Amino acid sequence: MCLGIPAQVVERLDDGLAKVDFGGVRRSVSVAFTPDAEPGDWVLVHVGFALAMLDEDEAQATLRLLGEAIEAELAS
Amino acid sequence: MRYVDEFRNTRAIQAVAAELKTLVEPGSHVKLMEVCGGHTHAIYRHGLDMLLPDEVELVHGPGCPVCVIPMGRVDDAISIAERPEVIFTSFGDMLRVPGGRRRSLLEAKARGADVRIVYSPLDALDIARSNRDREVVFFGVGFETTAPATALTLLRARRESVRNFSVFCNHVLIAPALRAILDSPDTEIDGFLGPGHVSTVIGTGEYEFICRDYRRPVVVAGFEPTDILQAVALLLAQLREGRAEVENQYGRVVREEGNPAALAALEYVFKVREDFEWRGLGPIPRSGYRIADELGEWDAEQRFEVPGARIEDPKACRCGDVLRGMAKPFECSVFGTACTPEKPLGTCMVSSEGACAAYYAYGRHRLAVA
Repeated sequence: MCLGIPAQVVERLDDGLAKVDFGGVRRSVSVAFTPDAEPGDWVLVHVGFALAMLDEDEAQATLRLLGEAIEAELAS
Repeated sequence: MRYVDEFRNTRAIQAVAAELKTLVEPGSHVKLMEVCGGHTHAIYRHGLDMLLPDEVELVHGPGCPVCVIPMGRVDDAISIAERPEVIFTSFGDMLRVPGGRRRSLLEAKARGADVRIVYSPLDALDIARSNRDREVVFFGVGFETTAPATALTLLRARRESVRNFSVFCNHVLIAPALRAILDSPDTEIDGFLGPGHVSTVIGTGEYEFICRDYRRPVVVAGFEPTDILQAVALLLAQLREGRAEVENQYGRVVREEGNPAALAALEYVFKVREDFEWRGLGPIPRSGYRIADELGEWDAEQRFEVPGARIEDPKACRCGDVLRGMAKPFECSVFGTACTPEKPLGTCMVSSEGACAAYYAYGRHRLAVA
């Protein structure tokens, strides 16, 4: 039920809506809860509403930890 | 960065799984609850349960809103849907949920009720705009993740004076359910995988009481395989070091403060009910939302008479035990026999996020590892 899908903002539309791209599928969603979302930004979409902006620095930090886990396993 | 594939890297999955084995005391037993049904589904879909050390047991929590709707509320929904003037709109997974006498909204539709599946409450509002001579009702279900969408749709209906639209509100809150589980005397859960998407709205601070009052660690987790395994690693590290803190594994999506705009919408549109009945768990104080009086005109419970009857769960069904982590799906005598996804008896078999449906779909029909 609480399914959230990452999507990239394509353009802002009127009335608090934006067109977003889910890996090729495009749909208009409400960005009322992420008012700063601009074209190019990634958002998490749930039932037609963007609930959060995705943070690339945080994502990279998580991937770095995964990289360290791979190196630790190779070294062992 | 696509925010999905990067977190499904096979080598990373194997590396974190190997790390988990170094974090458990051999022969010990650690019981972790994944709160969210989305996690349950991801764990069985990706076979993550088979990558965990034998010492770690995952139990499945109450975070599937479809699973916790009591049968009486389903009957109320059906009674609204069967009115000739009504177009009843709902997320698809609510349609097969059995009410009393195992009747569902899908069967009501087959008998002629105008029941329509929508992806978003905004789609339901669109249906109301283009059917001004009908009453369009939206079945509001879901945790604080979904409730802001309903809230904003109600505000929009009021702003645009769409008076043939209303919401049958069954939104629920996650924290009171977790407290009810922690307060139940037979609970032996060592730590919690926190629900990632509800936390985008409520923030991570909402779980502090679990650490403070119950001394259990919480790690808010994302939904990809590496997310879930990393969160298990963080929980095991906390347990080994004797810590009980809220940690956030899902920093790319979840902020400590949640989403202030969504929280403001919840605060304005809803009031917390004195208590709300959960399927299998019974009434839980201050665990559900109703529509605030200022928006009473758009409240389906004020607009339509509903039976409002309380219906006991079927005796054979152990959904309550499954939802509290007291029983595995295959320990229920009707699992896979009288209760299947095609003809569910209990709600945990209905939604793909229900524990029973996940076990059924991914072949966990018996205890795989002792």
